[in-house]
Parts: sequence; structure tokens; C-alpha cells
Amino acid sequence: MDASSNGIQEPFDLIRLSLSERVFVKLRGDRELTGVLHAYDGHMNLILSDVEETIMIVDHVEGAPEGHATVNIAKRKMEMLFVRGDGVILVSPPSRT
Amino acid sequence: MLIFSVFKTLTDQRVTVELKNDLSITGTLKSVDQFLNIRLDNIKVLDEARHPHMMAVKNCFIRGSVVRYVQLPAEHVDTQLLEDATRREAAAQNKR
Repeated sequence: MDASSNGIQEPFDLIRLSLSERVFVKLRGDRELTGVLHAYDGHMNLILSDVEETIMIVDHVEGAPEGHATVNIAKRKMEMLFVRGDGVILVSPPSRT
Repeated sequence: MLIFSVFKTLTDQRVTVELKNDLSITGTLKSVDQFLNIRLDNIKVLDEARHPHMMAVKNCFIRGSVVRYVQLPAEHVDTQLLEDATRREAAAQNKR
């Protein structure tokens, strides 16, 4: 397969084209990140800079009807971060808005 | 292999490792292997009140699979070099 003939041949190409751009990453454990992507590998281990992490803490109130859980959101920032690939659910390219 | 090399260049730097059980440990990175197992010296647990059993521990070996994040010292990471190396590795994978 000649991968150089056109841009996108396989899923990882989408991530490769997002290098040095701000990406959105969804992780296990109700966590989300946005950060500038600098490196990745076949395990989807990532290195991001200027990272903002959002953690969703869902509180299921006892006796409350279905879908009435309260969601608390915690945010924090990190300068340079390695993310282990086994926690990654999806990587999304920057939204061009 | 690429990420392994990055960690090797960061030996003797201070890093913060966050584990999947929410324990965060700061320490001097002494060594790393191909599984991204990590050895830390002079460790400090961030929330000691919540993890009092860790107070006496001064150095440790962390199994790579229990790591969630590693916070790296940004001044010791060359982002341009990383991106070039990532593209090179991706190209090498595609050839196979």
C-alpha cells in the first residue's frame, strides 16, 4: 500500500495530521483533555502540552428519578503531560471554529 | 519506542506520576523500561493525608500499566523534535 499517494489511508493518519494542533481527548473514568499534541505512538500513548483536564464527577442521589444525577465538574491545567494509551477512548482533531 | 526514548532523556528530572487509583507521586525519574515501568527516587505523595501508608516510602518502582498520566518538566521537552520523531515513526510503520 502506497501511503504517500494521498492524505488519509488509515485511522492513525487523522491523528498524525493533528500534530502541533489542539486536540480533544476523551478518556476512561469520565475525563476529558484538551491540549496541543506533540507525540503519539501505536498504543495511543500521547504527549500533550498546555493541557486542560475536565473531570466529571456524577453524584447519583439516592431515590432520585432516573437521569436526575447531579454532575460536578473539576478542571485543572498542566504544562506538559504524558497520557498512557490504555485510558484513551477517542482523539478528535481541533474544531475549526 | 518513541515514548520510551522521551522518558530516557528525562532521567534525573523531577516528574509527577498519576496512577489509575488517583495516587499522585512526585519523584526523580531514575529509570524506565520498554513497558514504561518507572523507578522514582525521593518520592513525595501529593495528598499525604489521604494516603498515610505511603509516608515512609522513599523510592519506588511503578508498573507501567497502572499509570494514568506523567506530568513532565516542559523546559526539558523539545516539542519540535517530538513531532518530527513521531512523523518519522508513523512513516516507518506505514511502510510495513
